[in-house]
Amino acid sequence: MLQRLRESKSAQGTLLALPTTVWLFVLLIIPLILTLIVSFGKRSPDGDVIYTFTLDNYIRLSGYSTDCPDGQTACFDPLYVGILGRSMSLAFNTTFFVITLAYPLAYFIARAHPKQRNMYLFMVLIPLWTNFVIRVYAWMMLLRKEGAINIIIGWVMNLLNIPFTPLEMLYTPGAVLVGMVYEFLPFMILPIYTSLEKIDNSLYEAAADLGANAVKTFLRVTLPLSMPGVVAGTILVFIPVMGTFIVSDILGGRQVILVGNLIQRQFLDARDPTFGSAASLILMVLTLIVTYFYTRKFGFGEEIVAA
Amino acid sequence: MNPFRRSPFVIAAAIFVYTFLYAPIIILILYSFNASRTNVTFEGFIPAFSDRIEMDGSLVKASPCGPFHWYCDLANNDDVAEAAGNTLTIAFTATIIATIIGTMAALALQRYNFKMKPFSQLSLYIPIVIPEIVMGIGILTLFSQFFGWANEAFSLQGDARLSLGIVTVTVSHIAFMVPFVTLVVQARLQGFDKSFEEAAMDLGANEWTTFRRVTFPMILPGVLSGALLAFTLSLDDFVITFFTNGPGSTTLPIYVYGLLRRIITPQVNALSTVWILVVFTAVLLLQILQSRDSKQHS
Repeated sequence: MLQRLRESKSAQGTLLALPTTVWLFVLLIIPLILTLIVSFGKRSPDGDVIYTFTLDNYIRLSGYSTDCPDGQTACFDPLYVGILGRSMSLAFNTTFFVITLAYPLAYFIARAHPKQRNMYLFMVLIPLWTNFVIRVYAWMMLLRKEGAINIIIGWVMNLLNIPFTPLEMLYTPGAVLVGMVYEFLPFMILPIYTSLEKIDNSLYEAAADLGANAVKTFLRVTLPLSMPGVVAGTILVFIPVMGTFIVSDILGGRQVILVGNLIQRQFLDARDPTFGSAASLILMVLTLIVTYFYTRKFGFGEEIVAA
Repeated sequence: MNPFRRSPFVIAAAIFVYTFLYAPIIILILYSFNASRTNVTFEGFIPAFSDRIEMDGSLVKASPCGPFHWYCDLANNDDVAEAAGNTLTIAFTATIIATIIGTMAALALQRYNFKMKPFSQLSLYIPIVIPEIVMGIGILTLFSQFFGWANEAFSLQGDARLSLGIVTVTVSHIAFMVPFVTLVVQARLQGFDKSFEEAAMDLGANEWTTFRRVTFPMILPGVLSGALLAFTLSLDDFVITFFTNGPGSTTLPIYVYGLLRRIITPQVNALSTVWILVVFTAVLLLQILQSRDSKQHS
């Protein structure tokens, strides 16, 4: 038997890949199938799942209802559709701001002297190694009414003799956006840097020889060649933003409810796993659709591993 | 044209982004020396070792630890010690298992052809393209259904009853860490020439010797960076841990999150500062080791 194994390349490969494949199958694929089954189920009065086949959870999610207050036969409550829409637009906005901030810094690092590059990169990674939850907490301290930002603005305004009332920044959608941008910024800087660093210097020289100015060189050489990095970064930012619930929970108070908060509450407070499962499947389908169209247009770069 | 020339705009933008990245962390560290208990505003540093009278006439008692009052407070906090212990136990165990099976899978996917290869390769992308919360609630559903069934079927009583805890957290962490290890090692394997291994085989080395003496030393840097990535992912993880932990398996991120929803004292800041320092030192050491290693090889 050992002899047969030694001769069969295919058996060796299967054996080597087996632990990982089984692990991922049991803990990622089976849970997804279970979520799908549960989402068609019904909630029992004590919060358990009754396995049937009903589309009630999805209908509730769409906001369509036949139980209307003013005697209508059908009505539409945009609550959950609104939450989905808000999460989507927050994810798009976050990605936009993250690219805007990450690109110049990645460019700065890529064009730094090779000896300094590692240090600059290291400086990007340090904030990433402080904990996710701790970083949200730090923003709570910056944004609150008595926080550092208001103190600094107040101080400047005082110097200029302009009356100033501290701004209410915490527990607003803006606070959630800032927190999201901060959390995921490094995940965009690293892939963009990786693709910028790969660009051969001779390309810049060629562009200069052919008479392109700095702006033209950037638009025609640098930007197109760094697109794989931007695409990889977008996947690494957009998908987690869609599902994160801590940032909105802490920086948004109870004002900003995203799909993540909705799902979390169904599993913990409301104890309706069937509705939570339906919501999380819709979330998954939405992110997959966006990722599919996005990567089909631009390709799925290997930069994703670089981060 | 100087290849390292950067416009003032790029430099200004870089300074701005670095400030954005570091301002919260600096504030966080500063507030860990806050004399105020409520930690809403910064009321000056804790007096070194003598009492101090405030402007409003109130007395601020000096702490036996001086300015490091909150750090002493932290050291005496048993919950933090337990959470830190759990976090490290989970991260170490999960990293070791994920690195071993992840490297094996990378070798299989890069060097062998077998029937389930496309499936194995595809499953690696699941944690990247699916939001963590979807995996979290899926795994929670799996465990609760399975434990419910097992407890019933084997009529387990008392301590023998299966429930969420350190084991479920570790097992779930491995699931989302393995793909990252495999993808990093695979990228490393793609980079190097198969002819080294063929040469070793020609010289009479068997598969195991070839792996031990040729392949493994070559992929070691990839394996190490994969392991480091996996370890930091585990330390940082909140969502998966949130849904899979149980009584007694609280990790530091879960503990901090719990505090944020109740009362916050500068102790949280002291904890964050210690955390940042520990991680920073560990990564710096690893970087130095790696750069020394790469110098030796070149």
